Amino acid sequence: MNALLPPITTAARRGIDVLEALRGALSALSANLLRSILTALGIFIGVAAVIATVAVGEGARRQVLAQIQSLGANLLIVWGGSATMGGVRLGAGGRSNLAWDDAVAIAREIPEVQVAAGSIRQTFQVVAGNQNWSTTVLATEPDYFIAHEWVADSGRLFSPEEAAGGRKVVILGATVAEMLFAEEDPVGREIRIRQTPFEVIGVMARKGQNPTGQDQDDTVFVPYWTARRSVMGASRANARQVGVISVKVHEGENMAAAEEAIRVLMRQRHRVAANEPDSVSIRNLSDIQATRDASARTLSTLLASVAAVSLLVGGIGVMNIMLVSVTERTREIGLRLAIGARRRDVLAQFLLEAVMLALLGGAAGVLAGIALSHILADVAGWPVLVRADAVLIAVGVSALTGLCFGFWPARRAAHLDPITALRHE
Amino acid sequence: MTALIETTGLTKHYPAGDGVVAALQDVTLAIAPGRFVAAMGPSGSGKSTFLNLIGCLDRPTRGSYGLMGEDVGALSHDRLADLRSRRLGFVFQSFNLLPRADALANVELPLIYRGMPKRLRRERAAAALAAVGLGDRMHHRPTQLSGGQQQRVAIARAIVGSPDLILADEPTGALDTRTGLSIMALFQALNREGVGILMVTHDPDVARFAERVLRFRDGRLIADETQSAASAEAALAALPEADAAA
Repeated sequence: MNALLPPITTAARRGIDVLEALRGALSALSANLLRSILTALGIFIGVAAVIATVAVGEGARRQVLAQIQSLGANLLIVWGGSATMGGVRLGAGGRSNLAWDDAVAIAREIPEVQVAAGSIRQTFQVVAGNQNWSTTVLATEPDYFIAHEWVADSGRLFSPEEAAGGRKVVILGATVAEMLFAEEDPVGREIRIRQTPFEVIGVMARKGQNPTGQDQDDTVFVPYWTARRSVMGASRANARQVGVISVKVHEGENMAAAEEAIRVLMRQRHRVAANEPDSVSIRNLSDIQATRDASARTLSTLLASVAAVSLLVGGIGVMNIMLVSVTERTREIGLRLAIGARRRDVLAQFLLEAVMLALLGGAAGVLAGIALSHILADVAGWPVLVRADAVLIAVGVSALTGLCFGFWPARRAAHLDPITALRHE
Repeated sequence: MTALIETTGLTKHYPAGDGVVAALQDVTLAIAPGRFVAAMGPSGSGKSTFLNLIGCLDRPTRGSYGLMGEDVGALSHDRLADLRSRRLGFVFQSFNLLPRADALANVELPLIYRGMPKRLRRERAAAALAAVGLGDRMHHRPTQLSGGQQQRVAIARAIVGSPDLILADEPTGALDTRTGLSIMALFQALNREGVGILMVTHDPDVARFAERVLRFRDGRLIADETQSAASAEAALAALPEADAAA
């Protein structure tokens, strides 16, 4: 109508400039910088704590998982009960009632079973040149390595012929190889166990500690029959005895069913009367894993509750400060409404401020949490793992907190009466 | 020609205690486009209620109000906001500028709500500031400007959207005489360019610059007079020198 400025030809009003809205929100937050920082602090601390604790928890969980997996998947360990000699039960730690033939029977008669390997261990002083080292000698057969998913790092494992033929060959665990040969390659060299010379044919890959803290690499492996003849002096009574049987169940088979079948088979073979207890005990490593998983889940639930509480408190802080902000800026809101802002524009403005506040707190919390995780890893030496999904969830939940707790104040702003708002002192 | 404003029996009641207060009763009038109209009366006379209704900030209890032929009475909040944005500009006694934003950003504000692209917004806001004589103060914040300059920024904000009508609520109330006169001179200049002005004031010294005066008392329109407007430029020139120095 007036000639002062050219008429505006843009017909329909379009959406608000998003970038402009973001800049507006940031400028409003920085206008009360200290207040904004203190408000975001609640969410910051909550998120940082959660990120760090999840990283520590996840790191520990991974470590346990790796240890359990290092023992071999789908693995059942059959322990002998105490042997009975002339009606006298010898108790735990006494001589085993498991025999080499029990392993053979398990492998042959239970379809779920892939391999079953008997083994027996005893501690000896082993000597190589002028070095010596006290270690566990484990007498077994090649299937043991299949059951425990263990491979040679250099050299080779023994062949079935070597195992059966009584050849004097030995495979060293990584720790033993280090102790006896330091930097040198032990393959082809000779070591003596109880004065008997053995040719080193391989060195095992490193496995590390088992869940009970034993170094699995502090072991040397010899063929079962060789050991029985040359090292572990065998009497007639225990010539075929083994300490434990390692059973690997086929992938996808029911572990519990296999376990039960072994139990029944052992009762038959050991001629256990119906009213007597089992002759063997069977340990299922996935049980241990399930227990660990369950405790990890409990921890996660606990952490989630702590996070929820801290975000709730942070969210209430955001709501509080947004209400203050709406009251302080009542005149500004009235003005914006008078010059053409719709209710939804004002709603969006304050909602955006609340979300930005929570989001900045959350993002800073993520960074601090990651930094804290690395400090814990460096200083305390804990294994930590910052998971991307935990970070995304933390950021998302912060934004959601801002959205939820910012809604009511923003709605209050949007529904202000422009006349009263403009008169507000 | 369609009247800019046409009201019939315009009435506004407010609830107060047990009963209601009749803030405005049966106002029927028409205002042609491009006029400079003053609404006068003591406080509580209904002049501010009238301004709020005409400004689409409030809806009448009874009666009808047409703005450029459009019936405002039945419109939704969003449509009212839209009308305010396209047709109207507001100038307040206390300026109501955003303290954190510079003059240019303050003037741009109404255009943001019209969804205008940034570059165009800047150009128009700069042109509006130049039109009120603040072309060289675009990046000053309100606190860095005098009262008169702040009110000029507010006027630039009111005209930036090419409104049909500026609604001014005691625009000189917070200003000294000289600055007030210069604002009146600016209004008269804008009015010559075709912008309609509806100004609420209780001060006869200010109302004399309008070409039509509506007098309110106890919620009723008691007089509607056309007058020959005094020139604010002349009044400014006639001020004593001592005053000019201040």
